[in-house]
Amino acid sequence: MITEFTPYTGLLGGALIGLAAVILMAGAGRIAGCAGIFRHMLTLNFDGEFIWRALFVVGLVAGTALTKPFAANATVIALPTLSIAIIGGLLVGFGTALGHGCTSGHGICGISRFSVRSIVATLTFMVVAIITVFITHHVLGG
Amino acid sequence: MLMQRLSVLVSGLLFGAGLTISGMVNPAKVINFLDFAGKFDATLLFVFAAGVAVAMIGYYFTFKRPAPFFGERFHLPTVFAVDRRLLIGAAIFGIGWGLTGYCPGPAIASLAYLQPISFVFLVAMAVGALAANLVPEE
Repeated sequence: MITEFTPYTGLLGGALIGLAAVILMAGAGRIAGCAGIFRHMLTLNFDGEFIWRALFVVGLVAGTALTKPFAANATVIALPTLSIAIIGGLLVGFGTALGHGCTSGHGICGISRFSVRSIVATLTFMVVAIITVFITHHVLGG
Repeated sequence: MLMQRLSVLVSGLLFGAGLTISGMVNPAKVINFLDFAGKFDATLLFVFAAGVAVAMIGYYFTFKRPAPFFGERFHLPTVFAVDRRLLIGAAIFGIGWGLTGYCPGPAIASLAYLQPISFVFLVAMAVGALAANLVPEE
């Protein structure tokens, strides 16, 4: 699927994400790292630790549902095939757990705290992802 | 507690709105950013730059406080070493991200599109995350 370069809505969306991270930290003292938030919910202990994370997730889905009509190139989304979704999901779940974070946790929050760990992690997953796309799209003729 | 929970909910709403308005909730837009040699779409870079700029400034002022507005303390990472786990984990995540265009946030947010494949991805993500518990600490 070809997507249009949309810098203005990109900046706006990014600013909202940044603002979300600030509100979560200033309000509740937490890092807005989706991988960590998801992973800690897997314990299924319905305690305070679970509840705030569940609220965040509810907000995440609701925020998406409400703004779908205004989405940049995202009123219709490209979905992975079943096998790619399974393999990709396993790798994302395993990798973000081992690496303690993802694009929001390390990429946005970690870099904004000048965390060396996060800067290194972000560079690593970015480079690897770029190589992965190059191989699947241009070498393997995916 | 109520104010704390309200902040969390508002944060989630803004995060979801940000992902959607920017188009990051569409895996094609993410993959096209990573596809330098192909259908390159630089939007993700702008999303990232704005996100980091706002968060950096916001965090700067937030951390001048002794504690969050509605919580006892800031819950921040206590590990500082750049170790093998971090590097290997990030690399494995990078492969999964490159294959699908999904990272955890957009994957969860995509539930709003009511597509069964989102659920498949999330279940697989959960299995992968739990499997990581089996990897011994160094």
